[in-house]
Amino acid sequence: MQFLAITLKRCGLGLGLLLAVLVLNFLLMHLAPGDVADTIAQDAGGLDAEVMAQIRKDYGLDLPLWEQMLKYFYNVAQLDLGYSFYYNQPVTTLILEKLPATLLLIISAQVVSILVGVVLGVIAARKPNGIASHFVTILSLVGYAAPVFWTGIMLIILFASMIPLFPIGNMVDVSVERTGFAYMIDVLHHLVLPMLTLASIFIALYSRLARASMLDVLGSDYVRTAQAKGLSEFQVVFKHALRNALLPVVTTAGLVFSGIVSGAVLVETVFSWPGLGTLAVQAIVARDTPTILGILFFSSLVVVVANLLTDMVYRIIDPRIKTAETSEI
Amino acid sequence: MGLTKQWVSAFGAVLLALSAVSVQAETPKHGGTLVVSIGTTPRHLNPAVQSGIATGEPGAQLFATLVRFDDKWNARPYLAKSWQTSADGLVVTFNLVEGATFHDGTPITSKDVAFSIKTIQTNHPFKSMFRAVSSVETPNPNTVVFKLSKPHPALMLALSSQLGSIIPEHIYGDGQDPKKHPRNSKDVVGSGPFKLVEFVRDQHIIMERNENFFIKGRPYLDKLVMRIIKDPSARSLGRENGEIHLSAFESTPQDILHSKNVPHLTATDQGYAAIGPITWLAFNTKKKPTSDKRVRQAIAYAVDRDFLVNAVMMGTSRPAYTGIHPDSIFHEPNVARYDLDIDKANAMLDEAGYARDADGMRFPLTIDFGWPSAKPMAEYMKPQLKKIGIDVTVRTSAGFPAWAKTVSTWDFDMTVDVVFNWGDPVIGVHRTYLCDNAKKGVIWSNTQQYCNPKVDAILTKAGQENDQQKRIALYSSAQKIIADDVPIYFTDTVPYHTIFNHTKVGNPPATIWGTCSPLDEVYLKN
Repeated sequence: MQFLAITLKRCGLGLGLLLAVLVLNFLLMHLAPGDVADTIAQDAGGLDAEVMAQIRKDYGLDLPLWEQMLKYFYNVAQLDLGYSFYYNQPVTTLILEKLPATLLLIISAQVVSILVGVVLGVIAARKPNGIASHFVTILSLVGYAAPVFWTGIMLIILFASMIPLFPIGNMVDVSVERTGFAYMIDVLHHLVLPMLTLASIFIALYSRLARASMLDVLGSDYVRTAQAKGLSEFQVVFKHALRNALLPVVTTAGLVFSGIVSGAVLVETVFSWPGLGTLAVQAIVARDTPTILGILFFSSLVVVVANLLTDMVYRIIDPRIKTAETSEI
Repeated sequence: MGLTKQWVSAFGAVLLALSAVSVQAETPKHGGTLVVSIGTTPRHLNPAVQSGIATGEPGAQLFATLVRFDDKWNARPYLAKSWQTSADGLVVTFNLVEGATFHDGTPITSKDVAFSIKTIQTNHPFKSMFRAVSSVETPNPNTVVFKLSKPHPALMLALSSQLGSIIPEHIYGDGQDPKKHPRNSKDVVGSGPFKLVEFVRDQHIIMERNENFFIKGRPYLDKLVMRIIKDPSARSLGRENGEIHLSAFESTPQDILHSKNVPHLTATDQGYAAIGPITWLAFNTKKKPTSDKRVRQAIAYAVDRDFLVNAVMMGTSRPAYTGIHPDSIFHEPNVARYDLDIDKANAMLDEAGYARDADGMRFPLTIDFGWPSAKPMAEYMKPQLKKIGIDVTVRTSAGFPAWAKTVSTWDFDMTVDVVFNWGDPVIGVHRTYLCDNAKKGVIWSNTQQYCNPKVDAILTKAGQENDQQKRIALYSSAQKIIADDVPIYFTDTVPYHTIFNHTKVGNPPATIWGTCSPLDEVYLKN
């Protein structure tokens, strides 16, 4: 019963948060001077006055701000994200068209960074002052500090130009037609560099986390007991220690989801990856308000849901959090 | 003397003959896939209702026009095999190529031409292109008669490249708004050398050879792929590793210079004469103190154009002295150029009564810029104009729309700007100077609010002068007056370059419209 109440409360908070995100974004978008008519003029190389006035009228940009906002919210309440000014297409269609590419990039980067990060973290924790550990530390520092677009360009120069193993960008090689399995291989071939770029930041994060918590766990009594029992090193590290050491990594993985989404924006731009990030950048530059609001709404929805799920899952697997929350209520 | 001259001309003739031989040695080949990169995703692919180079590059491949232009500003037959203009210049008759069809097999008739012109008149952003056209008559399927309200020499350019696309009435005339027509991005049907296979936003535009193209034996390419890559360095690397055969509209000086060091690449600034992009410093002529002609002239004398071209643009651009591109037949090079002269600039400001204060400053001014590549020029103005006692504040905008708002509502002193000529001066040049085109809220109108009735009269006359020589003379005098009034100090051309792999690309586009003209003559070597 209490669990349900907390879940409902969380959902309510999530909804409120979404509304706040919408209002804030709407106002932010209109804070900057200029509108989509200017970008359309930019693309067209100039517009006549009558055409410009017509565009502003067509898109309701000549209405007072509060009226525009009410109209927009009325539509969103009916799950209609509106019509893109710039592309002349429903925003939902645009987003759904781009979503698979972004999901492919984000999920593969997440999986790879967790795997690689944890392995590196464990290696580093086994001999905290060894060469391997220092190497991992340096690698993670560089990976975390380097701007993701820079990492991307460096990878392109290295692996697409100097050693041309991978293409410089886009998602498929369009000069040759491919179907089925060959098409999948082609997409994976294009995925490698952008995925590694995006994963680089999170490899750094997870390896540091895994190293710290592994060090913590390795020093605890039950590990010493396991070692005293005469278990093999492998069993101690991977069966006993790692399981507990993974907890913070899992939590963080849920929390940094928003970070991955924003990182994807940069990676997609560098690699011409046709995902939501590319769409978002284009929409922001073009002042295509419905599209930007749609994407922001969508990504905040994803983040809110991801956090909600992490919260719930954690509540189930870790009894300590449950009691803390209950005593508060 | 005579002998030497003869020798020189004989030598020249030999050289010419030699070059003719070497050109002839390469016969175009059929087949292959040309991979071109483009930097932006077009809103859609129908140039009849959308101007701009993003739509123009693919648009000129998908849609044919009545005429096309060569590299010397001559109109050549395309969908129209011939044309006649009446003595008073008010009736222009076009005879269409027989047997030409759209990509779906429907014959192209004069009705489609009339429909296209009407659609362009109602929906295209450049109203000046066909404002003078009062009616388009279709006496028979192969004849189109343009009735004009006044002579309109810009007509031919307005009927070429991406500007005058002929669209099929049976598809775009179904009553839907042509600007939002679903067939603008999907199943596009034109009559150009290439047919649309697929357009995926932010990814690519794939086109294949139009087997039934009305020019027999063309195009040479089997397939034309335009890869959409926004990042200039990624495009540069793509050209280097051979993934991209050709990129047009490259304007980053570093990338252009870099490509000159890559053995298989050639960079040329040929092919931008019609687009005619010019970078300039615009003044608000209605706001003090830039409303004072002497102040504007003094600033012009203080700016070092050579420095901008050679240092800021690293020698990739060419100096511009007027608002008409140096590659245009209407360009007048002999105007007041305001070559660097700080002393003269200071003397002019002293004389105009703007004395220096205790800090050595005369007055403050702001300068705006709207895109990252304009920043160096804006920043250069600050230390440079300090030399003549002007305290410049560089104002950064939150992107293009914000800059456009500031400039188009006349809330500025000076701004860096780039404006395109768009072929004929009537289309892209007049708008900057005509008194009645100072329209608030409209970017690239006469945002300087410059008004000189004499210039107005000359431009209006030139816009209706069918005699090319007289027309050139009229524009020449207009450019001289404008240079003297300096509502704008012209700095240089935008360094647009076409960079291509010369081991692969034969007949790279070199007409005045460059890659915004049909690429039916381009072929792939081996």
